Amino acid sequence: MNKRVIAGTLAALTLSASSAALAARDHISIVGSSTVYPFATVVAERFSKATRFKAPVVESTGSGGGLKLFCSGTGESTPDITNASRRIKQSEVDLCASNGVKDIVEVQIGFDGIVLANATSAERMSLTRRDIFLALAKQVPNPDGSQTLVENPYKTWKDVNPTLPAKKIEVLGPPPTSGTRDAFAELAMEGGCKTFDFIAAMKSADKKTYKAVCHSVREDGAYIDAGENDNLIVNKLNANPDALGVFGFSFLEQNIDKVQGSIIEGQEPTFETIADKSYPVSRPLFFYVKKAHVGVIPGIAEFLAEFTSEKAWGDEGYLTDKGMIPMPRAARSEIATNARTLAPLTKLAANH
Amino acid sequence: MTKSHALRNQEKVRSRIEQNLKRRYRKEKIFRGFGIASIVFGLLCVAVLLTDIIYKGHGAFFQHYLQLEVQYDPETLGIEQVDESALALANFDGVIKDAMKARFPEARDRRARRELYSIPSTDAPFALRDRLQQAPQLLGERETIWVMVDDDVDAFIKSLDEIEGGFRGRVSERKAGWLMSLYESGELQNRFNTQFFTSGDSREPEQAGIKAALVGSALTLLVTLALSFPIGVAAAVYLEEFAPKNRWTDLIEVNINNLAAVPSIVFGLLGLAIFINFFELPRSAPLIGGLVLTLMTLPTIIISSRAAIKAVPPSIREAAMGMGASRIQVVFHHVLPLAMPGMLTGAIIGLAQALGETAPLLMIGMVAFIVDVPTGITDPATVLPVQIFLWADSPERAFIEKTSAAIMVLLAFLITMNLGAVWLRKKLERRW
Repeated sequence: MNKRVIAGTLAALTLSASSAALAARDHISIVGSSTVYPFATVVAERFSKATRFKAPVVESTGSGGGLKLFCSGTGESTPDITNASRRIKQSEVDLCASNGVKDIVEVQIGFDGIVLANATSAERMSLTRRDIFLALAKQVPNPDGSQTLVENPYKTWKDVNPTLPAKKIEVLGPPPTSGTRDAFAELAMEGGCKTFDFIAAMKSADKKTYKAVCHSVREDGAYIDAGENDNLIVNKLNANPDALGVFGFSFLEQNIDKVQGSIIEGQEPTFETIADKSYPVSRPLFFYVKKAHVGVIPGIAEFLAEFTSEKAWGDEGYLTDKGMIPMPRAARSEIATNARTLAPLTKLAANH
Repeated sequence: MTKSHALRNQEKVRSRIEQNLKRRYRKEKIFRGFGIASIVFGLLCVAVLLTDIIYKGHGAFFQHYLQLEVQYDPETLGIEQVDESALALANFDGVIKDAMKARFPEARDRRARRELYSIPSTDAPFALRDRLQQAPQLLGERETIWVMVDDDVDAFIKSLDEIEGGFRGRVSERKAGWLMSLYESGELQNRFNTQFFTSGDSREPEQAGIKAALVGSALTLLVTLALSFPIGVAAAVYLEEFAPKNRWTDLIEVNINNLAAVPSIVFGLLGLAIFINFFELPRSAPLIGGLVLTLMTLPTIIISSRAAIKAVPPSIREAAMGMGASRIQVVFHHVLPLAMPGMLTGAIIGLAQALGETAPLLMIGMVAFIVDVPTGITDPATVLPVQIFLWADSPERAFIEKTSAAIMVLLAFLITMNLGAVWLRKKLERRW
């Protein structure tokens, strides 16, 4: 009796397995960054409404996790497209290649700004990237002027820069697994870090130490991991007017009555300042397409066309309504042509 | 002399007993007090939670609609007759824009027009398309219809009671003026939001619905129930009634108890390795979700089923044996029916746990944006807790109320499931 039950279950399992594997996938499968997720999903939805294709399935796995899945091979059980809030790394290209994923098409879709905000009930902060680095880095240059590094001694913003208010340094931000945190470290902290000549000199001499110094966030309680949920950070800022929070521009735009973006190097984070790159803390957003799947899984070429159309990513496209900052027109048309002809990634240019 | 001594002694004993008694009563009182206090505290927490959720979420069941006077002008639409291919290409957007322009002729420059056009939801052209498909004779005619408004507009109107002047967000001064005039003339109305229950997820809060997640949860749980209940009960019956007591069965027992305490994400990783990478089942499907959740709920079901079987008095087994029943007959005719209510309780606890899981589903691709309502167990799907998580993480303000509304739907689903189980248990229960 028991044997029969087990045998029956096993048979049912294998049967369903084989029948499911035989049925071709008829929807596009997208994985990757949670920052690009809100934009990819809008396009997916519009695409399914406007065409006869099924709605693409968009998963939010994080940039690194998405690329790992994407590079795990070709075939129906692997995703067709992965979103990334940073550029693909050489190691990931190699991983892809070793699993038979040879031709990858890179599409940059626009920019995202990272803001440092506080509650509207508090005074708006005006910072430089150097202030941000000094306030949040694990190790900072010795305040006595000697070219050595010491554990971060600063307690208040005034200690960092006498023109700032004498408020305790308290910053709520995403955890180390988040792409937003990576970008914040790279753009804001490293930007301030290399204003110290002796650290900048380290870059060519000892890149590893340089990166460790510039990207390490202090762990003595001044920087608080507030989880991946940006809405939560906004709520916590409201409850604690002394704290600052790190999150994406689209959350600032949606909660402009509750929080205000700090001015960084004289620039307020607005749609315009991020678009013309005068606001220093912004990063490019990408997605990557597996060329081998185009024409096998229905609708990939059409999806690309929708994503790279003016009505989606243009200056007044629907993606800008969701908080994405568009690229200049010339860049858009070049990338759109690339996407149409499916020109694969050849070699990785330096990050721009 | 001896008498009075005895009397004194008696009194002494009584007074001591009385003292003791007082202390014992006091102890009981304190214990009861603590019991009541903890229950009150628990109820208070639940009440606070529910009020908060209902207060935040009730708005999601209502949505503002805008009255529009549209003309299905063949010229604007760019079609001559109503058929499938023509409707797919027709410019319904233009019809909506014309209607908005006619209502507010003062909006002349590009910026103003853009603001004006952003009042109706992006779903409005599709609503018009469906309407024309239903009633082709309307081509060329005028009609007054109600269309959904954009989430920014909806949030603005809904906040009018709470915030002085309303939550402006991305609504400009000029747009707010238009909206107020529409609101005061009754052209903006609050209606029950049926779309919330009839459509899948959307990135536009006003169009987002819970149905895809609800159906996904139901399909996933169905697979879980269909697999975990028979397997769990079979395993429990074998271990309890047939298996010899030796080191192997001890080892299995220890392992089952350990598995019940394994973090659920581990089962997700197992599912990714076995079902997706080895068996090549489709990602994001309720089939895999059900399989993974089966692995997760099996220990719970086995443990509670074994407890239920153990609770069947041995006299019943012995009586059946005495009447000449075989062991299989004893189990299936006597033990199982009596243990069934207890097994069902275990299954329900396991399923309720499975209903709230998101962690194991992350690895197998069910934490995903799903627009189409799934129709089978191999279609891509998501589940209710994942939908709550995704909405809670969205930047748009209007998703806050959707999140709370989705929590209410999840609770309703859970309560229905539990009530069904209670009813079933009552029906099957036998007393001896």
